[in-house]
Amino acid sequence: MRKYFNIIAAYSIMLFLIIMVGIFQSWSIALSILNYCLISAVMTMGANIQWGYAGLINFGIMGYTALGGLAVVLVSVTPVPEAWSAGGLNIIGSLILIISLVLIVRLILKKYKNHKYKNYFITFSIIFGVILIRFVAFPGIEAIEAVNPAKTGFLGGLGMPVLFSWIIGAIFAAGLAFIVGKIALGLRADYLAIATLLIAEIVVSIIKHEDWLARGVKNVIGLKRPVPYEIDLQTSPWFINLVEKLHQGKLNLLSSVSDKKDMLNQLVIDASSVYVKLCMTGLFLSVVIILLILTQKALYSPWGRKMRAIRDNEEAAGAMGKNVVKEHLLIFILGSAIVGLAGAMMVTNDGLFTPGSYRPMRYTFVIWVMVIVGGTGNNFGAILGGFVVWFLWVEAGPIALYLINFFTTHLDETNALKVHLIESAPYFRFLMIGVGLLVIMRYRPKGLIPEKINVKKI
Amino acid sequence: MEDNLELLNAVILLLNYTVIPAITYGSQLALGAIFVTLIYGVLRFANFATGDMMSFGTMFAVLLTYYFQSAGVGLGFLPTALLTLPLAILAMILYMLFIDKFVFKYYRISKSAPVQLAMVSVGVMFVTQAIIRIIIGPFDRRFMDGEKFILKASEFKEMTGLSEGLTIKSTQAITLVVTIILVSTLFWFLNKTKTGTSMRAYSDNEDLALLSGIDPKKVVMITWIIAGFLATVGGVLYGLDKSYKPFVYFNNMLPIFAAAIVGGIGNPYGAFLGGYVIAFAEILVTYAYKKFFIYLLPEFLEPDSLVQLLSTDYKFAVSFSILVIVLLFRPSGIFEGKKI
Repeated sequence: MRKYFNIIAAYSIMLFLIIMVGIFQSWSIALSILNYCLISAVMTMGANIQWGYAGLINFGIMGYTALGGLAVVLVSVTPVPEAWSAGGLNIIGSLILIISLVLIVRLILKKYKNHKYKNYFITFSIIFGVILIRFVAFPGIEAIEAVNPAKTGFLGGLGMPVLFSWIIGAIFAAGLAFIVGKIALGLRADYLAIATLLIAEIVVSIIKHEDWLARGVKNVIGLKRPVPYEIDLQTSPWFINLVEKLHQGKLNLLSSVSDKKDMLNQLVIDASSVYVKLCMTGLFLSVVIILLILTQKALYSPWGRKMRAIRDNEEAAGAMGKNVVKEHLLIFILGSAIVGLAGAMMVTNDGLFTPGSYRPMRYTFVIWVMVIVGGTGNNFGAILGGFVVWFLWVEAGPIALYLINFFTTHLDETNALKVHLIESAPYFRFLMIGVGLLVIMRYRPKGLIPEKINVKKI
Repeated sequence: MEDNLELLNAVILLLNYTVIPAITYGSQLALGAIFVTLIYGVLRFANFATGDMMSFGTMFAVLLTYYFQSAGVGLGFLPTALLTLPLAILAMILYMLFIDKFVFKYYRISKSAPVQLAMVSVGVMFVTQAIIRIIIGPFDRRFMDGEKFILKASEFKEMTGLSEGLTIKSTQAITLVVTIILVSTLFWFLNKTKTGTSMRAYSDNEDLALLSGIDPKKVVMITWIIAGFLATVGGVLYGLDKSYKPFVYFNNMLPIFAAAIVGGIGNPYGAFLGGYVIAFAEILVTYAYKKFFIYLLPEFLEPDSLVQLLSTDYKFAVSFSILVIVLLFRPSGIFEGKKI
């Protein structure tokens, strides 16, 4: 029990903080923070698998998150038949062309390995292929984007249940990770970081600007939910009865019937949003717990030992006959798939897909701070890191505002410095996160909950 | 005669819309890329705070420009920012030395892995970004004053009688001149002076350099000082030419990294050329050549579409793709050779 004392203590403090938010701000805010903490925890677990288990630095978290989000749109949105009939054939045609182009290049690389003009062949086929694809795709894209551009203007999805898209999101991310891994995993650590960062940027810019795919920066709103809608809850009698029962004491204090009714209405509206968020929390929590069990099992399995051996000494592990390249690729794919899953969860939680919001600051660097702060190589640490950093990220603004007001009480309300500081309160979150990261890296380089390897004594 | 004019028009068109902007943008990237490469070569880590450090220096220039403007001090037809440059550079160098003393030094002395230093630089990035936004805010600011154009399109048309105009903005000329002065001084310093040689020695082989009596503290300090120059000047030139917005500066880190790696990271000459490679690629690939072909081709061959390889939305993606291709085929960069 003592062994787990600091883990339990840390999580209790975190829970206490979230409850404090519930009491002082509102339960709805507290639950949104909790949901995002859980999503961040999933992302952190993905990054932690790559960095903590295998020492691979992946700064492309943003790209995988965006792909996961894209999966939600492509799977759950109802299809747009007009768009399909307008340009679906062209899109399918160009997809086939892209696949065959890749196959041709692979074929050239394989069959004519030592041919003198190999590179010219490849260049020629790529240029020719790209021009051909443009000719095939372009009319289709224009036709699709012309179909009711204010509302659709894209192909739509498959109209399947949204939970299914979480799996697809993970698969999408895994596919991208396979390609990126094949390209970049041979690079040295800091090159890998830069390369993954830039590749993620390419992925996001494609999602942003290919409107036929997911409306680009015009956003997709009103995505399906795996949980009930507030508006349905507010009209269903069982829910109103439930709220009435829970708030019996409060309602009885009011004497007039109309007051009572207004109060109940307000309570029902509040409760419906809390209820929806609670449902989400349940879903996310189960994902986190399942992942936690799986990753813990993996960490302490022979496979986990092998990964740690590779991480700590690649040459030695290679000499012992472990296939370092293959294992690196595998773990890169696994970690990215988890990040993709988190991306899908996030879009589901928000109910909207906004490609414009995918920025490296929020979706790569903050996640990395979570991993480092929490504790690399330790899943409990990673989850805690997700919680702590997300909490700070959200609450830094209010905390900073409070502190500014506290320290400038003697200043006039119209004092230029005070006004300026209050206006810039939201940016104190960067300061807090940055200073936090620097302090942790200096004084607790292994994170809040460091990695613990139990070596069985013989 | 007619044909010749058409050809001239086409050339001027390309010059005006691709070559001149690419040279300007390339110079700005090149300064940043040399900054990245110097830090990488001497201090041995990828500095993720690059964009924000450039932004930090520029912030001082912007604030001082506003101050000078209100005090009525100016340079006449040149932008006031040039006058504030020395002060901004000084502030930047002080900030960098401060950061180095309290953050990077510890890891350098304990010989941490480069990845760890890179993560630390992420922390520095957050802090710098916060300071910038708290001081100056996240807004878009223009601080260019003085004469705007050296050559206006209408003047050029009058002078030559061509139908295509050539514009040279004064910021473009300033960028080029300042870059040439700064970069040639830097290369002279690295190659001809004793301190520069000791820097190169330190970067090539740290232990050997220490054995031959090179003072590592001095080398590190000189590196940060040069870095301060490059970051501030690069940032201010970019801001004069376009505008100053902290978020844009942060994003500029990405093409700058691409330029440094394409040129072979650790190699300042490569980084310098890498900046232009990235800039030309970005602009040439996303330029719409329709008008160019209308000038060149006979009437029946004239294109209806824009003749654009990629839409301008993919500007960044182009440089990143180049980077990926380079990393695939020549991980040590196009311009290998002597490292700093």
